[in-house]
Amino acid sequence: MSDLSVDHLLGIKYLQPEDIELIFETADNFKEVINRPIKKVPSLRDITIANLFFENSTRTKLSFELAEKRLSADVVNFSASGSSVSKGETLIDTVNNILAMKVDMVVMRHPNPGAAVFLSQNVNSRIVNAGDGAHEHPTQALLDAYSIREKLGRVAGVKVLIVGDILHSRVALSNIFCLQKLGAEVRVCGPSTLMPKYIRSLGVEVMHDLDRALEWCDVANMLRIQLERQDHQYFPSLREYSMQYGLSMERLERLNKEIPIMHPGPINRGVEITSDIADSDHSIILPQVENGVATRMAVLYLLAAKIQR
Amino acid sequence: MSERILLNEREVDLALHRLTHQLIENHGDFSNSILIGLQPRGIRLTERLSEMLKKAGVDQVRSGSLDITFFRDDFRRRDEPISANKTNIPFVVENQNVIFIDDVLFTGRSVRAALDAINSFGRPSKVELLVLVDRRLSRHLPIQPNYIGRIVDSVASERVVVNWKEENGSDNVELLSEVR
Repeated sequence: MSDLSVDHLLGIKYLQPEDIELIFETADNFKEVINRPIKKVPSLRDITIANLFFENSTRTKLSFELAEKRLSADVVNFSASGSSVSKGETLIDTVNNILAMKVDMVVMRHPNPGAAVFLSQNVNSRIVNAGDGAHEHPTQALLDAYSIREKLGRVAGVKVLIVGDILHSRVALSNIFCLQKLGAEVRVCGPSTLMPKYIRSLGVEVMHDLDRALEWCDVANMLRIQLERQDHQYFPSLREYSMQYGLSMERLERLNKEIPIMHPGPINRGVEITSDIADSDHSIILPQVENGVATRMAVLYLLAAKIQR
Repeated sequence: MSERILLNEREVDLALHRLTHQLIENHGDFSNSILIGLQPRGIRLTERLSEMLKKAGVDQVRSGSLDITFFRDDFRRRDEPISANKTNIPFVVENQNVIFIDDVLFTGRSVRAALDAINSFGRPSKVELLVLVDRRLSRHLPIQPNYIGRIVDSVASERVVVNWKEENGSDNVELLSEVR
C-alpha cells in the first residue's frame, strides 16, 4: 500500500491499521532525512499550509511548523488570540477566508470536540486535526506508537499502561484507538474521578493501584495533570495525587524489570513524574519529540500526495 | 509483449569488468571516492561493482544508497504515489568524488533528483554517473553518463529490464516491446 485510505487526518478512529503502518514506514524515511546535515526535502514546495491554533500549544505547533518547513511547504500561522474570532466570526468563515488566499491544507487545534470533522465537511481543504477538545489528538498517538515501535521493535502484543487524567485527555483516547488497532493491549490507571464512564466499552481495563499496574505493563505513558481543566476538585491535593499516581524512581526500582517511560509533555515535574525519572535513561520523552516531527512529516506528505491540481 | 536479450550473462560480466577497470583508472585507490547506488534498482549493481573492485585489489571501497523519492519532480503528478526506500550514506560527502550508480539511464529525471538529494549530505567535489544501460535517445534533460555498460537505441514505448542472478536466476538485460 502506498496511499492513505483517508483524505484528512481527523482522528485515529477513521484510520485503517494499514494506514498507520504506511505512516510509520514513511516516518522511518523522514527520520533519516531530519538527521542529515541538511534536513530538508523539496516534496511540498508547491503546497501552502495554514496552522490554525484556536487553543494554546507550544510543542505541537512548533513540531508541525518544523515538519512543514522540512518538507519545503509554505507556512502561515494563525492563533485565535488577537484575531477576528474575538469579533464573533464563525469557524467556517475564518477558514474560508484563509482558504481564499490559496491555502492547500489546514492544521487545526480547537477547544471543541469534533471541530476538525465539522470543518472537513464544510470547507474544501485537507484537514489535519492537531487536537480537538477532549476528543482526539491523532498525531500525538501516532508518534507515541511510533516511539514504542522504535524502542521495543513492535507494537502488536505490547502491554501499554496510560496513567493519569484520562477524562480530559484527547491523547489518551487517540492512543487507545491507535494502540488497539496495532494489536497492543491497553490499560489505564488513575483515580476513578478522572476515568470517563465509557472507558470499559473501549475494551480497556481500569486499574487503581499504580504499583500493580506497573508490574503488568511493558511501557508506561504518564499523562499530564491538566491543571487548567481542573474546574472541579477531582482529587484532594496535588501532593496526594503524586503519592498515589506519581511515578518516582523508588517506585520504578521496586519493579524487577526495565520499562520505558513516556510523557506527551509538558511535564509537571514532581506531580505525575519526578525529575530524576524524566531526566533518566528510562525516559523516552525527548525521542518522542523527535519522532513527532518525523511522523507529522509523514502525515503531511501522504495527505499532500492526494491533492489534485 | 516480445522480449529480446540485449546482453547475456557473459556480456554483462564483460561489461562489469570493463566498468570496474575504468573506475580504477579514474579513481585509483578510492581514498576520495564513494559509490552511491540510486534506489531501488542501482543497489544490486553497486554491490556487484564494490565486490569486483575488492577482487581487483581496491580494499577500501565506501558505498552507500540514496533514495530520491522526496526529490522527484513528479510528486502528485503520478496516479500512484511511490514509496520511499532507505537512504544510507554513513560518511561525509564533502569534497569527495561521488559516483552515482544506476541500472538504466532513461529520461535523466532520477539523476537530476539525485543531484539535488546528494547536496543534503554536503558538497561533493565531483559527481559522476555510471549506468549499465544508456537509452541515449530518450533523454528529457541534458544529462550524460561517464561510464556506460552498453548504449541502447530504443523508443519510449519499449522497456529495458536488467535482471540479476540474485533475484531472477541469471544476469542479463532484456528489451521488452509491445507486439503490434
